[in-house]
Amino acid sequence: MTTNDEAIEIKNALKVYKGDTDVYALNDVSLMIKKNEFFTLLGPSGCGKTTLLRLIAGFEHPTSGTILLNKEDISLLPPNKRPVNTVFQNYALFPHMTVGGNIAFGLEMLGWSKSEVASAVDEMLELVKMQDLKNRRPAEISGGQQQRVALARALAPKPQVLLLDEPLSALDLKLRKQMQIELKRLQSETGITFVFVTHDQEEALTMSDRIAVMNEGKILQYGNPRDIYHHPENKFVANFIGDSNFLLADIQNGNAVLTDGTELKLSKENKQVSNGQKSILIRPEHVQMSKAKGSKKAFEGKISNIVYFGTDTHFHLELKTGDDFTIRKQNTPNEGTDFEIGAVVELTIDENAIQILND
Amino acid sequence: MARSSLFNRPFEIKRIPSFQSIALFTFVGLYGPIIILITYSFNSSASLGVFESFSFQWYITAWENEKVQEAAFRSLYLAATAATIATIAATMAALATTRTKKFRGMTLIFVIINQPLMIPEIVTAVALLVFFAMIKIATGYTGMLYLIIAHTAFCIPFAYLPIRARLESMDLTLETAGADLYATPWKTFQRITLPMIWPGIIAGYMLAFVISLDDVVISEFVKSAGQETLPTYMLGQLRRFITPETNAIATVNIAVSVILVSGFFLLTQRKK
Ligand SMILES: Nc1ncnc2c1ncn2[C@@H]1O[C@H](COP(=O)(O)OP(=O)(O)OP(=O)(O)O)[C@@H](O)[C@H]1O
Ligand SMILES: [Mg+2]
Repeated sequence: MTTNDEAIEIKNALKVYKGDTDVYALNDVSLMIKKNEFFTLLGPSGCGKTTLLRLIAGFEHPTSGTILLNKEDISLLPPNKRPVNTVFQNYALFPHMTVGGNIAFGLEMLGWSKSEVASAVDEMLELVKMQDLKNRRPAEISGGQQQRVALARALAPKPQVLLLDEPLSALDLKLRKQMQIELKRLQSETGITFVFVTHDQEEALTMSDRIAVMNEGKILQYGNPRDIYHHPENKFVANFIGDSNFLLADIQNGNAVLTDGTELKLSKENKQVSNGQKSILIRPEHVQMSKAKGSKKAFEGKISNIVYFGTDTHFHLELKTGDDFTIRKQNTPNEGTDFEIGAVVELTIDENAIQILND
Repeated sequence: MARSSLFNRPFEIKRIPSFQSIALFTFVGLYGPIIILITYSFNSSASLGVFESFSFQWYITAWENEKVQEAAFRSLYLAATAATIATIAATMAALATTRTKKFRGMTLIFVIINQPLMIPEIVTAVALLVFFAMIKIATGYTGMLYLIIAHTAFCIPFAYLPIRARLESMDLTLETAGADLYATPWKTFQRITLPMIWPGIIAGYMLAFVISLDDVVISEFVKSAGQETLPTYMLGQLRRFITPETNAIATVNIAVSVILVSGFFLLTQRKK
């Protein structure tokens, strides 16, 4: 269960790599990660996810800003003095040690006694279901098994925070799904705070308690998966998570007026938004279609393409405004053929499905 | 048909005209003399022309020759000492040139380390002769230290290259993982880096050992009176007359080198 105690707080972290042109890998990042939560850093390649993780682990020091662990400033502590462990993307298992030796390593470095180490290693092996492979070397086990050993090795010292840098990206789809469930189980069983990095939005949505969406060294938004999906604050976040339709609208007293004059009603909370030109977001699955009745004020479009996906069908429309618009409709056994390419359809949108973006 | 098959077939070195005779010539040129030398080391007579019968006689003669014993012991002592110092220095140099951020003068260090590979040995030998002569006059010391220093210097690049190769192929995240798992930098080196580069260190040591053991030119110039190593002793013998005893010593020398160099290749070959 997540509590409201903070595990990690990052204040105005800046990380600049000096070079011919300076790289702002992290540009004024502030973030709070709660105890016992599954926190995900999500963003495209090169946005600074690994850099942020390396700053928390201590492999890198911030150019400026502070990192607090349990309210204590750890910005300048070396990695071996931080109660934080990492699962590396390539696992980084020690090839000259056995599976058991790898898991024992951190405990030995902490000065645990031989018997304590031995029983902790067995406990960890059981946790990741690898008891039988204790005496194998990393080269003698499969990729998925190496992944488990890497997890066990990082969890064994009972760190306060576990950092995972795209740990599943090297696995095939089936194994990845399995490991996603496994990771969630490990997190709830151990009660350790997980900070998980991925650039896979679906993985982020299904696994996380909270998500931070990053781009170009900045955190654009963070919150729980529902908030991020339903109330993205800007175009980048909306685009990165899920499929989106963007339309230009003039906000006038609680209505969004499209460029062709069509009026869409806004929800109560959106009524506070000041008048003016804005982008609005409508998710493809939040729109209903029906046969056009030909009324002047209706929100209408013409079907330009239909793509069948098994569980659902995507309808590509051209709106009266000239914009492209996609609708996703769940398939049912009693499929009609009402909607064919070239047909004009009327669209109905719940007022809560319209999200006004900041940029 | 014949034409197209000529063009379709991949290039094969064996199809170059006279490839086989060149290969044969090379093998005979390389190994012929050595095989003859080894054969005659087992000759029971002192003749270099006629092989009478098989015997270990010359090995026994050499073994019982006090001068050979002394030179052999000196050579081994020198090779062991020089290779040890050179390997330690080479390991530190290899760590400094692969584990630190690129710094000014890194290339210079690389050049300095590998200098013995580039400057003709005879030039180094003469330079050392002159340099050590000055020190000998100034201090009066004429011990083994000169040979040890000289051998250490030219052994370093041979020890350095395999160690560096090993370090460069090692995944740096392993050291990061060590630090992440509460190991101090020294513990990380001890428990992770050192075991991983150990084959490179042994290989470097073996190569340095062979190079020192086989050296003639620098030893000949640097040694003080009475400090014969096995190769300089053999050279001295050859100046007077060739005896099968020299063949026997040379054969033993070849055997030691072959064993060490084979060991070197086994260790540097990457297992996967
Ligand atoms: N050591 C370094 N020196 C210079 N620039 C660096 C260094 N490390 C990272 N960068 C730059 O900092 C930026 C952020 O890199 P980072 O590795 O954090 O990205 P990422 O979000 O983890 O990307 P990916 O998903 O591809 O792993 C990139 O532009 C990268 O090129
Ligand atoms: Mg990364």
